[in-house]
Amino acid sequence: MSLYIHKSGILDTIQDAGRYGYQHLGINPGGVMDAMAMQVANILVGNSIEEAVLEMHFPAAEIVFEDNVLIALSGADLSASIDGTEVPILHPVWIRKGTTLRFGKQREGARIYLAIQGGYQANQWLHSYSTHLKVKAGGFEGRALQKNDRLFFKVNHDSFIPAGKNFLILPWQANVSELYTNNTFQFVRGAEYEWLTIPSKQQLEKNSFLISRQSDRMGYRLEGEILHATGKELISTAVTRGTIQLLPDGQLIILMADHQTTGGYPRVGHLISADMPSLAQMNSGQSFTLQQATIEMAETKWMQQQSNLRQLQNACNFRLQEYVY
Amino acid sequence: MPVTNAYRIYPCGDHAVTIELGDTINAAVNEKVIALFGYLKEKQLTGVRDIIPAYHTVTIVYDIGVLRKQQPNATSYHTMCTWLQDAMNAVKIAQASKTNLVRIPVCYDPSLAPDIESLSQQHNITVDGMINLHTGKNYRVYMIGFLPGFAYMGSVDEKIATPRRSQPRTLVPAGSVGIAGEQTGIYPLDSPGGWQLIGRTPVSLFAADKESPCYLQPGDEVQFYAISLTEYAKQKQR
Repeated sequence: MSLYIHKSGILDTIQDAGRYGYQHLGINPGGVMDAMAMQVANILVGNSIEEAVLEMHFPAAEIVFEDNVLIALSGADLSASIDGTEVPILHPVWIRKGTTLRFGKQREGARIYLAIQGGYQANQWLHSYSTHLKVKAGGFEGRALQKNDRLFFKVNHDSFIPAGKNFLILPWQANVSELYTNNTFQFVRGAEYEWLTIPSKQQLEKNSFLISRQSDRMGYRLEGEILHATGKELISTAVTRGTIQLLPDGQLIILMADHQTTGGYPRVGHLISADMPSLAQMNSGQSFTLQQATIEMAETKWMQQQSNLRQLQNACNFRLQEYVY
Repeated sequence: MPVTNAYRIYPCGDHAVTIELGDTINAAVNEKVIALFGYLKEKQLTGVRDIIPAYHTVTIVYDIGVLRKQQPNATSYHTMCTWLQDAMNAVKIAQASKTNLVRIPVCYDPSLAPDIESLSQQHNITVDGMINLHTGKNYRVYMIGFLPGFAYMGSVDEKIATPRRSQPRTLVPAGSVGIAGEQTGIYPLDSPGGWQLIGRTPVSLFAADKESPCYLQPGDEVQFYAISLTEYAKQKQR
């Protein structure tokens, strides 16, 4: 009931929907970067949508499955293959014991998620499986997976793999085209939006922003034309996932999953929740534009996404019945 | 005493709302923040995921889906604003809330305080003078933020107030005591950081395995006292 890390990737961690309820202690929520991909992968294997998944980056781990298991991959396309045969993302796949999952070229996206039916046995810290690297708690011993680690499954199951085959790709795919956005992301105004000069407000929505190499799970630093704001000093206050801060050098940073709980830079805007998964799948070197939205628009888009996800879940659960006891 | 009506509510993204109770760093505003935080936390409102008190603000992070289910015809932001306004009418500042005084040992030896000598030169105060000024007054914990258990305390004597380093360090050891402007704080964990490091405490400020993992709470009063390198090593071993 386990998988074995034959070769580790650059940052392979167990994550779930995040550790909420502790930000007043300075403990940031963390969790998956792409919450949509986590939910889709879980839906494909019939899990509850917030079950912990393995989040991997490029290059990703090489994984040996030590038992039969139903898996799904979602998020980035890193040319996954099983014992040399390519397997697509967004399908449920039955895997036979002893086979190896490898990744090749980075085709699209930044983060790939591996869900297994029933979920992983991992450490919970403050009611979440998410790995908190700084505190060294949660997930797999509070750290990224390394070579020779063995990650156990919560449940054991029989499989439907025909004799002589190493895996079976189940014949349906999650359509996620409606769930992601390309290249233009929406934001709502931040409390310090008005600090921006009029030309800078215009630039914010006209210019394109390049994701810098200094981007990670904490934040995406952007490169663009310098923005100007009136030079007031801000008293440190809360920030959230998606907060767009204006740094002293006139560049922007968008806070991601591992953001700090508070900050002292002007908050010119906040990316809307519905667009965060799309941003999380962008790599450094790619660029995008920003477009202003109202809170109403942001909430409506988010509700629409949730309803699409529920439809996907119903459809997948129905199909999965034939293949799972 | 009821909390005054002067406040401002604004969105902090599409899933969080902030209420601002003043526009300066001072104990009276921060008392209101702590009172409102306590009130909201006790209420345990459905759909609320986090309540974050800071110097002069309280921010509520909420679940859009849960709130929309309860109030399908209102935005969740609107629902939260209404709740916050009601809370402001109901919340009282606790009568003469007893202050918790916490004494924290700090070793100011330059081997554990990489910036103390340069600050001493910069301010033209001896190292001993720096220590006397830093230990000479009690500090209020205004908020916990930045890192798990990192307490923002103030205010240090203006004679030793120093801006952050222009180049942050990539690794500041846990226990390091720093100054940033008029604030002082202690790094609970190893972390990158830009505060000027003037000492180190053997006390553990954050224990992940404890029921309440933070050593300090907003509203606490902190008094630092100097210990020798030998005493530091002894206490560190415990």
